[in-house]
Amino acid sequence: MSRAERGAGVRLLRSELRLIFGRRRNWVGALVLASVPILIAVAIRTAGSSSGDSFVFGQITDNGLFVALAALTVELPFFLPIAVAAISADAVAGEANLGTLRYLLVTPVDRTRLLVVKMTAIAIFAAVAVLLVAGVGAAVGLAIFGGGDVLTISGTTLGFGAGLLRLLLVSGYLTLCLVALGAVGLFVSTLTEQPIAATIATLVVTLASQILDALSQLSVIHPYLLTHYWTDFGELLRDPLTLAPLGPGVLCALAYIAVFGTAAWARFTTADVSA
Amino acid sequence: MDATPTLAVSSSGLTKRFASGQVAVDGIDLAVPSGAVYGFLGPNGSGKTTTIRMLLGLLHPTSGEHSLLGRPMPSSSAEVLPRVGALVEGPAFHPYLSGRDNLMRLDSADRTVTGRTASARVAEALDRVGLGHAAGKRYRHYSLGMRQRLGLAATLLRPRELLVLDEPTNGLDPQGTREVRALLLELAAAGSTVVLSTHLLSEVEQLCTDVGVMHRGSLVAQDTLAALRTRHAPRAQVTTTAIDEAAEVLRAAGLADVTIQEGRATALLGSAEPEALVASLVGAGVPVRGFAVVAATLEETFVELTGEGFDVAG
Repeated sequence: MSRAERGAGVRLLRSELRLIFGRRRNWVGALVLASVPILIAVAIRTAGSSSGDSFVFGQITDNGLFVALAALTVELPFFLPIAVAAISADAVAGEANLGTLRYLLVTPVDRTRLLVVKMTAIAIFAAVAVLLVAGVGAAVGLAIFGGGDVLTISGTTLGFGAGLLRLLLVSGYLTLCLVALGAVGLFVSTLTEQPIAATIATLVVTLASQILDALSQLSVIHPYLLTHYWTDFGELLRDPLTLAPLGPGVLCALAYIAVFGTAAWARFTTADVSA
Repeated sequence: MDATPTLAVSSSGLTKRFASGQVAVDGIDLAVPSGAVYGFLGPNGSGKTTTIRMLLGLLHPTSGEHSLLGRPMPSSSAEVLPRVGALVEGPAFHPYLSGRDNLMRLDSADRTVTGRTASARVAEALDRVGLGHAAGKRYRHYSLGMRQRLGLAATLLRPRELLVLDEPTNGLDPQGTREVRALLLELAAAGSTVVLSTHLLSEVEQLCTDVGVMHRGSLVAQDTLAALRTRHAPRAQVTTTAIDEAAEVLRAAGLADVTIQEGRATALLGSAEPEALVASLVGAGVPVRGFAVVAATLEETFVELTGEGFDVAG
């Protein structure tokens, strides 16, 4: 393998990331994601927290780190999924729509390699989106409400560093959940040349999953739903910390990534590219 | 590297039947000699682009085989395609990236080149197609002609042994068309094989050494341009009341393929001189009412092959 070939995967991935993070549309999306924690912090600063608030929201005035957790909680059902859906659904369908896909393929880029690069870029984007919300939330929260010890759901308190670590763990878990959604989006993206249609289809999958999850009569299918375990991240706020309760969520996400990643591969490597 | 293959592109029975049942390409046997400028000619919708997409591995053939640069496709695509530059159905780039960044993106996808020389190669490719001044401009602001040039620049990012170009002068003004044609001749002179898909006969006449003619999914003719021309070589045509005598004179003068039709005797002119023929006819007492040398144009040849006109824009 020549030097050029060894560095090739990295070069293409870097190009892919430049495409995602250099696009103005995605900067606007990032702005929306980042504005939510600011909105929460400002609202609670001006109006104060009320007794009806959840555990996470109730802690904000005592510790700014909770702004990050509150923002993640609020953005998890829709804002974060829409961001990941837009990026993942655009991955193949967007290039097919522009016609750039045919030029990548005749360069040539091996189809499996292209898919791996696209999926990796989606995962990096999901991590960046989650860390953006968490980072802006933590920064704004600490600036407005200050830091200090962190109260856990179990009633104990953690030092600031341990609290920060918990926030990172939450971010990691949510990233994994969103990467699973990204795998679904990538698969949908291989089915069409219309990125908007693929984005909407991916969002519909997410929202349908949340609706089905809300119907207790359907509890038998709940463990198989994409979004069922997403809110389990609260388990990371207990003391002592045990990762076991996150097992099902992690398994579910990995299963979705495996199944839809394979489906995307099966579809894309055999598809006729006529766009 | 293998010995130079004699055929840069070859196919046998290459067929594409779409899910709709439509047979877009019907068992074609392409043979593009190495070093040729091969005009792939046919009316719109005759299957040229589908063929090119199959050749490049974008579409899976329903049946048949093909090879590029002597290597079987698509199994050898990783090895062959870096040596092939392609322009398929018009240029396609990211609208919000500059011309330079678009080429950098394509270059980053090529695992056979190093990133360290990318900027230099991109700049050189842009200069070669006259886009150096617009390198930093966003693609969305490019004119149709500039987009076409950028598509060509992408095929020049590295030396190519084979160029497959689908309508490369589409959208170019006359000056741009001349420049692109000169560029193609330059590339061909440097040893690249060029497959030029076009519906412009003038382009074929100016550039090509070989021609393949597509019609309704079939390859109805494939030959050197010279051979196709002589297929419809000029004929001497005598209008007279004494047809048989005229035919006799033409035969005696050594002309081939003497035929009699509708008050006229005609024959392949060959190397005979028209004025000498007229003198012979008159000398033999043939009452010559009219004498003409009729040469079929390339266009007439193709219309005959395909039953359709060319030079249709679009």
